[in-house]
Amino acid sequence: MLTFTLRRLLLAIPTLLAISLVIFLLVDLAPGSPMSEIPLTVPPDVRQRMIEAMGADQPVFVRYVLWLRQFFWVEPAQVINHWFGTDFAAGEQRILSWQSRSPVFTVIGQRLPQTLTVIGTAYLVGILIALPIGIYSAYRQYSVFDQLGTLFAMIGFSVPTFFSGTLFIIIFAVWLGWFPTKYDTMMEVTDWESFLKQLRQMALPVLTLGLANAATISRYMRSSMLENMVQDYVRTARAKGMREKTVVLKHVLRNSLIPVVTVIALGIPSIFGGAIITENLFGVNGIGAALILAIHASDLPMVQTLAFIFAVLIVVFNLIADILYGLLDPRIRYD
Amino acid sequence: MPDGAAPVLDVRGLKTVFRTRSGEVHAVNHVSFSLQKGELLGVVGESGSGKSVTMMSLVGLLPQPPAEVRGGQVLLDGRDLLKISLPELQDIRGARVGFVFQDPMTSLNPVFKVGDQIMEPLLRHMGLTKAQARTRAIELLELVGIPDAAARMSSYPHQFSGGMRQRVMIAIALACDPDVLIADEPTTALDVTIQAQILELVKELRQKLGMAIVWITHDLGVIAGIADRVMVMYGGQVVEQGRVAEVFKHPAHPYTRALLKTVPALHGARADRLMAIEGQPPILMAEPSSCPFAARCAHVHDRCRVENPQRRDLNPGHDVACHWEAPHA
Ligand SMILES: Nc1ncnc2c1ncn2[C@@H]1O[C@H](COP(=O)(O)OP(=O)(O)OP(=O)(O)O)[C@@H](O)[C@H]1O
Ligand SMILES: [Mg+2]
Repeated sequence: MLTFTLRRLLLAIPTLLAISLVIFLLVDLAPGSPMSEIPLTVPPDVRQRMIEAMGADQPVFVRYVLWLRQFFWVEPAQVINHWFGTDFAAGEQRILSWQSRSPVFTVIGQRLPQTLTVIGTAYLVGILIALPIGIYSAYRQYSVFDQLGTLFAMIGFSVPTFFSGTLFIIIFAVWLGWFPTKYDTMMEVTDWESFLKQLRQMALPVLTLGLANAATISRYMRSSMLENMVQDYVRTARAKGMREKTVVLKHVLRNSLIPVVTVIALGIPSIFGGAIITENLFGVNGIGAALILAIHASDLPMVQTLAFIFAVLIVVFNLIADILYGLLDPRIRYD
Repeated sequence: MPDGAAPVLDVRGLKTVFRTRSGEVHAVNHVSFSLQKGELLGVVGESGSGKSVTMMSLVGLLPQPPAEVRGGQVLLDGRDLLKISLPELQDIRGARVGFVFQDPMTSLNPVFKVGDQIMEPLLRHMGLTKAQARTRAIELLELVGIPDAAARMSSYPHQFSGGMRQRVMIAIALACDPDVLIADEPTTALDVTIQAQILELVKELRQKLGMAIVWITHDLGVIAGIADRVMVMYGGQVVEQGRVAEVFKHPAHPYTRALLKTVPALHGARADRLMAIEGQPPILMAEPSSCPFAARCAHVHDRCRVENPQRRDLNPGHDVACHWEAPHA
């Protein structure tokens, strides 16, 4: 298992390098200039100097190599310095956002908590809703509950979050007034009251994303349960006199979870993708919103870094999914 | 075995149907048989004759729906298993009636250790502590001839061969000292030498533990080798039943006779599969009003097509469901 993990990690390096180059080139090809947001009253020679100051006039390969060095050496060094009080890579240039002139990772560091609280909670809620629905739907296949579950999943699949989100805002925020229409990023949770307020403003984005995630995962859970429910070992468990609860929640579930856990792990990077739309819809100032802003402003370092981080997440969670599979299924041996 | 004593298991008029999209399938029709303490009853009949459905109906192991046990009595020590609640039935499964199924490759749960799977019924029914159950599970593995039993407790099923897995299944079935062991073609999926080993094992365990056994097989040679009595099934009913020596010497039902003819050499070589009889077994979309074997029978006459024969005694302990009088050869 360890050898397998190490080998996969080593293999990930060339993969990620290739991905980073592609991202860099593609983003660079996109039209737009980092000066587009600067007022036209600024004279051309000042504009030129601003561009030079940012290094935006350098050829793309120079910028790429510089970015690589910053991403893999300077930025990790900052983290290490922060934790251990060392001073590696002192005085070296960090990846700077063209837009805000502050280090990209500082911006990410500020925004990540927003994304994780809202989007992470939504995914968790989605899983917690999906698993029981999937299990019970399979156990009572074709029952009214199962039919409702199917309907729910179909709606969750087919209605995009920007639509369901808007609908929820209209119904629950505008008409009923139960929840605020906008997420207040500046709010700090200090006491019980502000905690309740935080819960209320999280409710709609969590509901929107959570239901969409629950739809997919509940389907996986259901079909995996159905597949295992008819296996011979289930009959053996019943023939041993085990209670239905043990048969279903131990024997069947333990086997059914193997593919579902994999799907859940593989889905985690896509949380961040889905966040882009939902965050903008509800005004959550998270990573997704930052990406959209950066794209509008042609803030290439920001876009490239964020896109690359998504790529890293995908590769990492693929590996995690494989490792989980090996841990959950004793028949799999990685060596 | 002592005749006349109260049987451990007494099945009367068992009827099981499947509700399918194309109608009801009458898989088991008024099957009656009994099992004395310590007796080994062999059950034969070609594929689809209702052997498995009959046995699974006894303790409610068929998925309901589509299955429905529609009538009859299953008396285990006088208590009707068709009348008791599911929790009561679960107390009997695995504790008083043990099952071994055909395919050892899929009958064990792939994600749990073999030891845990043997300990499960012990913990469930016997009120043992974990440590006691573990000790007992190791004893059971030794009993069914698995070498290095203590170490094998923490193996997973995929680390065992087919024969070993079937031994594990037998250990599970015998864990709680059941009164009845039902073995549904336990050796069909195994190769010949392993089959012989499993048969030897069962013979030996029967001597040691003295439980009654129902042994389903396609192999008449096996029946001749280990069974006390044989029950022949066709089209979801019992067509002939009697002591092995008697039925083999004086088979009364044309189907039994045909079966015996397909066996090349009874004593010695392994019997052939039962597929050699002309024609197909019926799929029963209604309760048969004629003899289900009529279409394939060499001795068919008019009455067979209008009246399903009842079982009648030929000798004490030997009965047949056939209108035809077999000449005593
Ligand atoms: N799930 C089901 N749905 C509908 N019919 C079924 C179902 N299971 C079994 N049957 C019917 O029950 C009949 C008896 O099947 P059973 O499995 O008892 O045969 P068997 O004698 O055990 O055969 P084999 O030797 O192949 O194991 C079959 O002919 C089949 O038509
Ligand atoms: Mg069968």
